[in-house]
Amino acid sequence: MAVEKICVVVVSGTRERLQMAAMVASVAAVSGIEVTIFLSMNSVPYFIKGASTDAPSEGSFGDLIVKKKAPDFKTLFRQAVELGDAKILPCSMALDIAGIEADTLEPFVGEPTGLASFLDAARDAQVWTF
Amino acid sequence: MAEKKIIDGRGSFCPGPLMELIGVLKMSQIGDELEVLSNDKGSAKDIPEWVRKVGHEYVSTTEEDGVWHITVRKTK
Repeated sequence: MAVEKICVVVVSGTRERLQMAAMVASVAAVSGIEVTIFLSMNSVPYFIKGASTDAPSEGSFGDLIVKKKAPDFKTLFRQAVELGDAKILPCSMALDIAGIEADTLEPFVGEPTGLASFLDAARDAQVWTF
Repeated sequence: MAEKKIIDGRGSFCPGPLMELIGVLKMSQIGDELEVLSNDKGSAKDIPEWVRKVGHEYVSTTEEDGVWHITVRKTK
């Protein structure tokens, strides 16, 4: 039987999208699905060591996520790696443009990855984009 | 000897209680029984689904005063 595989592409920096991406990635990873998360654009700065998870809301739901104390997206991404062996790959172009060094990223984030490698990982996978 | 453990996921929302359960499952022995407490209705439905999917034993779900008690046995 083929291994079920998904790639989660995260480009948004808004709370609802980061939260939904983290929920999909973490639950998939702990359910036996091979998960690769590709971080690019506005999502990347949240993964600098110690960076705040205080992302702007797109609408009222984003505020409710905070008010009701839903698990924060960074915790869920970390759990996807630690409990489900997901891979989180930061986009090398995004790091270059933003001037972020790879060694300043959280320890659960993997090696900077270019699109050619990511597209190879995404072959035969469902791709979810947030 | 099998142990019974309580995981207090009250006040958290999906998938928080599930992730807490998985964290404890990883550190448990085969045969241990884990009871998740949750006041999140979504988790009460989702945890048994996850347990069936990954092949642990789903024991029971009961609800008391708005708190669900979802019991799972580690089988592998």
